[in-house]
Amino acid sequence: MGKIQAYNGGGWIATKLEWLINWGRKRSPWPLPFGTACCGIEMMCALAAGYDMARFGAERPSFSPRQADVLIQAGTINLKLAPVFKKIYDQMAEPKCVISMGACASSGGVFRTYATLQGIDKLVPVDIYIPGCPPRPEALLQALLMFIEKTEKSQPITHKKYSDLLVGT
Amino acid sequence: MDLKKRVEQCLGPENFVVAMTECQGDLSVEVPKRNILDVMHLLRDTPDLGFNFLSDVFGVDNLDLNKPKKKPKKKEEGEGAEVEEESKEKGPLPPRFEVVYLLLCLERNERLQVKVRVEESDMEVDSLYLIWKASDWPEREAFDMYGIRFKGHPNLKRLLMWDEFSAYPLRKDYPLEGQGEERHLIYDD
Repeated sequence: MGKIQAYNGGGWIATKLEWLINWGRKRSPWPLPFGTACCGIEMMCALAAGYDMARFGAERPSFSPRQADVLIQAGTINLKLAPVFKKIYDQMAEPKCVISMGACASSGGVFRTYATLQGIDKLVPVDIYIPGCPPRPEALLQALLMFIEKTEKSQPITHKKYSDLLVGT
Repeated sequence: MDLKKRVEQCLGPENFVVAMTECQGDLSVEVPKRNILDVMHLLRDTPDLGFNFLSDVFGVDNLDLNKPKKKPKKKEEGEGAEVEEESKEKGPLPPRFEVVYLLLCLERNERLQVKVRVEESDMEVDSLYLIWKASDWPEREAFDMYGIRFKGHPNLKRLLMWDEFSAYPLRKDYPLEGQGEERHLIYDD
């Protein structure tokens, strides 16, 4: 199919380049672990040898937001920390994804108080929510697989925001 | 000698003892607010007592205890009942806030609770920073949560809440979900 399109002109290279970019992205989703509560412990467990998130290419937890693809928010964000969290999200490079892990990150959880941010989606767009208090490591792995599925379907070149970036360079 | 007698011997002659209670082996002394520094110096430096370690400092808001109760609650038989009796004896209601200091004598493993009553109209207590450096953060926390100001504290600013926060959240009349205080997310690049 690809070959015929190639001889007819147009589309072939773009399609294959998108496929290549997605292929690269989905096999190395570098997570930025933002563990602020007990969910962070479960995240460490998922990263360690027992569950081994490295199987899916996430073997390098990127503590620098500029090299990260997936922000895993594991735990409560209180209002004092909120600007820091927002700043870290803003520093991540563009095709980026946010996983909201656990009840606190998703909705504030049991902390319906003056000091707690009632869900990180009030600050940043969230792609995947994981329910649970805390969720088991399998749930985090499933979220990572969902991110990989999402990456496969994404269109990094024809997508407006990303293509604008390419034109600029 | 009994700890209670020793504390009385130490603080009694100067009239520093307002009240002294013992609950399950824990001694608690209430002292006048203006004398808190003298009291702490005495408690630390008297060889009989030697309370050389400050475990904690915290504030207490007695707003609900001071209100006249309509129905006696069964759950609050312990402290609530005591304070009620106390206020009946004294007549006027006790001041709204308290500052409680927990002291420990490391040599003899004895503990003492020192209380200071703080009126809502005069929310200033002398800081213990020059006696125990350990009072730095607990005093900041009490200031953050109750608005009790500590005179002489070198760095009295909020410890837990952000600087622009306008209320004192652990006061009993502060709603749990807040009063709509906003957190500004603008930051400098």
